[in-house]
Amino acid sequence: MSDAAFPTRAAAPARASAPRGRLLDGPAGVAPTRRMNPKRIMVYGGLIVFSIYYLLPLWVMVMTSLKGMPEIRMGNIFAPPMEITFEPWVKAWSEACTGLNCDGLSRGFFNSVAITVPATILSIAVAAVNGYALVNWRFKGSEVFFTILIFGAFIPYQVMIYPIVIILREIGLMGSVWGLVLVHVVFGMPIITLLFRNYFSSLPPELFKAARVDGAGFWGIFLRVLVPMSLPIFTVAVILQVTGIWNDFLFGVIYTRPDSYPMTVQLNNIVNSVQGVREYNVNMAATLLTGLVPLTIYFLSGKLFVRGIAAGAVKG
Amino acid sequence: MARSGPPLRLFQNWQAKLAATPMILTALVVFIGCSLWTVVYSFTNSRLLPRLEFVGLAQYERLWSTPRWQVSIENLAVYGVLSLILTLAIGFLLAVLLDQKIRFEDGFRTIILFPYALSFIVTGVVWQWILNPDFGLQHIVRGMGFSGFTFDPLNDPNLVILALLAAGIWQGAGLTTVILLAGLRGIDEDVWKAARVDGIPTWKTYIFIVLPMMKPVFATCVVLISAGIIKLYDLVVALTRGGPGIASEVPAKYVYDYMFGNQNLGQGFAASTMMLAAVLAIIIPFALFQLGRKRRV
Repeated sequence: MSDAAFPTRAAAPARASAPRGRLLDGPAGVAPTRRMNPKRIMVYGGLIVFSIYYLLPLWVMVMTSLKGMPEIRMGNIFAPPMEITFEPWVKAWSEACTGLNCDGLSRGFFNSVAITVPATILSIAVAAVNGYALVNWRFKGSEVFFTILIFGAFIPYQVMIYPIVIILREIGLMGSVWGLVLVHVVFGMPIITLLFRNYFSSLPPELFKAARVDGAGFWGIFLRVLVPMSLPIFTVAVILQVTGIWNDFLFGVIYTRPDSYPMTVQLNNIVNSVQGVREYNVNMAATLLTGLVPLTIYFLSGKLFVRGIAAGAVKG
Repeated sequence: MARSGPPLRLFQNWQAKLAATPMILTALVVFIGCSLWTVVYSFTNSRLLPRLEFVGLAQYERLWSTPRWQVSIENLAVYGVLSLILTLAIGFLLAVLLDQKIRFEDGFRTIILFPYALSFIVTGVVWQWILNPDFGLQHIVRGMGFSGFTFDPLNDPNLVILALLAAGIWQGAGLTTVILLAGLRGIDEDVWKAARVDGIPTWKTYIFIVLPMMKPVFATCVVLISAGIIKLYDLVVALTRGGPGIASEVPAKYVYDYMFGNQNLGQGFAASTMMLAAVLAIIIPFALFQLGRKRRV
């Protein structure tokens, strides 16, 4: 259902080309409206109003982060800075305090990297193999486990967080980065497995059969035939997992200790700490720094990001 | 498939089974095992540590008589209904606007969807700043000459839900827009031709013909939005910390605070079990609906 439900462009050209075709054949029916008329103005007007709503917070973040505190106290949060300063950024990165640590968000950044990289690689490796086994090597009960997995994606995390604390404590990973990595692998599994299952089942089965006849085994087929031709779906999975894991807050705050907190948790602690003078410019610089990685991925990946979330979206 | 494998059935296709072990463990141990564990322990009087001393429904009785839980449920209901309606309405409106063969469609879509790439913590912190009474919106409107203007949702128990809505929709409506836009693009061109031939105005075609045809896409959106609503936690922590007072508490935060803050595990388990029950009440009918649809096709 996932691929069929998302023909972003597939149907669009058909409709877009219809009026053009008519122009070539000579006039028939209503002329295509190309010029500005009240309807077009309303369409663009509506879109522009919504765009302002969507862009305003980004604008405010950037502007505030470039101002000094005296200017913030006097002025207007929407106004651009009269005097640009990068000091808030420096301070957010290397000096902002969370609790007793005053080494800034850099600590959280490197923690987040140390969590996101292995968690992304592991979760995708596990899920890709799952999807492959589910499509090409079905065994008794495999579909049952898969159904449980998909249903599991809807169980509120709150129901499972405490028993997982116990499990992590038993295997000695509680509070460590690797414990959190394991949690991300587990909770990322439903969507990513679904993604790979759908992708692999869309490939022609002859491919698999031919490799079998050639004597390739379970891993041989996977590594030498399927993986090389699955680059797009791997990219989608990486985008999905990196943004998802980077943005996680709940698991980070539960399963890690203050010195290994991911960036989101540290950001929240910096901004919402009660003690001390509030430095809004530093807060906004910290917020932008935290959002920078997923935003970069979003703007670079474009269509693939949309494909990724859409694939994740139709998991029902 | 593994006809040449060893005779013992368990070892047939053993590599696939071995490779699927993480999935099997996740499904059985985490999704089923951990959930059941929490449900069972919600009937005990566990406090600092979990222990099997059953007290029947005592935790649930206490839960439902706790004002903070009542407020949490009420908030979730109000936020949930408003967020669902507004997200679907805005999502559909934006999808229709984007569907008008406009210029810069990609640009507009990029703008509408980018907050979805950001975490709820970032979202909450930004909106906290915009709604700051001394520097944000209120301050600016007052500065424009409306000195009596008051809009301080972060410190007004009655309006705080509006702050959560503004931030939540800002972050999430783009996803609904994109999914609905894909649904619109999936509608057969002939439908539009037929409507045009019959002289039905565009807006009527959208509302009375296209909208009913998109039921399955809307169902997907509803499930997605609802799943997000029940999990609502990070945004509240970052934007309001449950305040002012307990005015913006939500169930997920109740669970976390009782489990890890107040060291009252039993309450946390009971509250999370209630959340599970709520999700099942949404998921099971949807799954049956999907199953029925597949059977009919």
